[in-house]
Amino acid sequence: MPNKTFFWFFLPTGLAMILFIGLPIISTGIQSFYAQHDQIVKEVKKCDPFGCTVSIVVDNEETSKIREAKPLGKFNGFGTYTDRNHLAVEEIKKFWNETESFGAFIDQVTNLPFYKALIFTLTYCLFVTPNVLLLGFIIALSLNAVARKIRGPLIFGTILPMIVTPLVGSLVLFWMIDSQGIIGANIQNLMNDPYLSLKSSKTLTWITIIIYGIWHHSPFAFVVFYAALQTVPQEPIEAAIIDGASRLQRIKHIVLPHIYPVVTFVALISLMDNFRVFEPIIGFSAEGSAQSLSWLIYDNLVNEEVILFGSAAATSIMTIVGIAILLAPVLIRTWKEFRIAR
Amino acid sequence: MRKILVTLLFLFFGTSAFADCNIKSGSINILANDFPALRTFVETSKQCKGNADFKVTHSSEHNKIAVPALTANPSEFSARIAANSSIVPLMNQDLIRPLDDLVKKYGKGIQDSQLITIDGKVMAVAFMANTQHLYYREDILKDMGIAVPKTYEEVVAASEKIRASGKMQHPYAAAYKAGWNLAEEFVNMFIGHGGEFFKSGSAEPNINNAKGVATLNMLKKLSELSNPDYLTHDSEAIKVEWESGNVALMTLWASRSGTLLDDEGDPNITKATKLAGPATVGGGNIPAATLWWDGFTLAKNRSDADADATFRALAHAASNKKMVADAADQAVWLVEGFVPGPKSIGVIEAVKMKAKPYPMLPQMGLMHGALGSEIVEFLQGKESAEQALKDVEAAYISKAKEQGFL
Repeated sequence: MPNKTFFWFFLPTGLAMILFIGLPIISTGIQSFYAQHDQIVKEVKKCDPFGCTVSIVVDNEETSKIREAKPLGKFNGFGTYTDRNHLAVEEIKKFWNETESFGAFIDQVTNLPFYKALIFTLTYCLFVTPNVLLLGFIIALSLNAVARKIRGPLIFGTILPMIVTPLVGSLVLFWMIDSQGIIGANIQNLMNDPYLSLKSSKTLTWITIIIYGIWHHSPFAFVVFYAALQTVPQEPIEAAIIDGASRLQRIKHIVLPHIYPVVTFVALISLMDNFRVFEPIIGFSAEGSAQSLSWLIYDNLVNEEVILFGSAAATSIMTIVGIAILLAPVLIRTWKEFRIAR
Repeated sequence: MRKILVTLLFLFFGTSAFADCNIKSGSINILANDFPALRTFVETSKQCKGNADFKVTHSSEHNKIAVPALTANPSEFSARIAANSSIVPLMNQDLIRPLDDLVKKYGKGIQDSQLITIDGKVMAVAFMANTQHLYYREDILKDMGIAVPKTYEEVVAASEKIRASGKMQHPYAAAYKAGWNLAEEFVNMFIGHGGEFFKSGSAEPNINNAKGVATLNMLKKLSELSNPDYLTHDSEAIKVEWESGNVALMTLWASRSGTLLDDEGDPNITKATKLAGPATVGGGNIPAATLWWDGFTLAKNRSDADADATFRALAHAASNKKMVADAADQAVWLVEGFVPGPKSIGVIEAVKMKAKPYPMLPQMGLMHGALGSEIVEFLQGKESAEQALKDVEAAYISKAKEQGFL
């Protein structure tokens, strides 16, 4: 395609991307460098049905003057990024100097909100992504082998987890694992421990969310792999059969190399999705045991009665950076292959 | 204090001063939390809408919507039903208007004790009071020969006894869902221990002390007597637990008593469900509970005509004797003419015991948020009480710095 044609083709998409993705990210970036102005408070008398007290309120007249002069807030540089609720640079230095063993140091660091969330997010990615790829591939292979007649309904059944709204899907599981739900009560019986609760144990909550993640994301991998399997040429496979190659050997030496680019693609998308894990945490009411980076952003924006725009913006930017770092190896590899192919 | 007692305990035979309801124009749009009393209140105000446009949004997520919706100009809502805590962000951002003129003009039936004044200006009109207090199963306590607990120490002892008898495995319940609910339980218990959240006259946190530790230890003891899923249980979930007969002692909002004692569910449990005042803790004499009011505020970024119409409609409800008589079961109304019934015991006892109101401070929301997430690990047994309180203070300080309070 000539460059000019490509340009005109790409222009509308490009504009939309700049408008709806680029600019918001830039604005978020700018926001993350600012904090609120110092609050000007004054002591006043407050009366309610239970009596009167003297306490402080924000002085709105004075505050609005400062706000009008500098609507963005007080410039804070990387202050929000390095504070305790984010990268916690100072706290980590302090822990390093104060703790005696490396284990104690790690304990202290993982107690900080950002690192706690980061560890959950990475664990989730680490377990969900490979399992989604594997499960998706196995389902695609199996479905590709069954008779054409029943394939349609089977495919529909398989992609059902993706059709079910994430929140609904997680709620259903949430009720099942309740200590009086079908799974929860049975586990209690099996273990003979009436105090066992899937929801109150951190490890069990993590496992539940990860299993849910695999269940929910596998259909996507399956659909893409299934489509790719349709493009595998029959001749080399037939030749391999004549040469006496087993089914496993055929998959390893012919099918996998053929659909390899698709695997990379699914891995990329899946990693990106999983790094932003959010809905299951809300669905499972798992805020106590599992917090992800996306959940931190949500928490800053809605859970406080005071909205922390700076904090939320800083976490958003760090999430974007995190995704970029995670994807870098795959992207570099794809780029290298592309160069060789040319 | 005296005012509310007067309001609650005596029946006034005043003039039937109804708000003027001849509204000709304007548009009314109300944002409110979702529980029966508020629905009744809004419905009552709707009767008086006249020719005005009337819309209402009842949502349990009202806190998340309020600030953004009222910041817009013109704002989405003309009125917001707020409480002690949720009026603070509106005040911080200067989003609500003083009501003095409107009260003078249209607020005939509203009593002085209903007015929330800040710095001499009326910022809200309260219409109901709320608190968390004890509920108990009379049949179970009688069977076991346990007196109705007055302190949380007695609640623990009673629950342990019930558990030991094998009658119930998890005899106690309270809304310990990680986040806002759990933090609210901490606030109650900390105030019961006589704690102050901030060093006097500043926004410096003041919870990492003996009172904080005692508070956490009590919460932990209670949580061990609760359903193991307690960290996911909000008020609605423990209400369900209660109605399934799994719980004998519970700390819950007074505003939920209506649905707890209605005809739905097992009649034997409903019959045995009794209300008591809030418990004290640690030998203190004020209850481990906070008093709350619910009242209406008007958006600043909305035309005067809309504010006029909205105030008149809401004032009609906030001074409506028929409403408080018909819905006496739903809430402890602060409106003239309310006769407290058996379901109001919790709030009345709390007021008598001199319970403190929830602190209406600009930085309290940040403290509440920090508490909700940082004390979870202590309850799970993963860290010490001191460490948890240190974490709360540190998380609060970072947030307060970003918000310019420190």
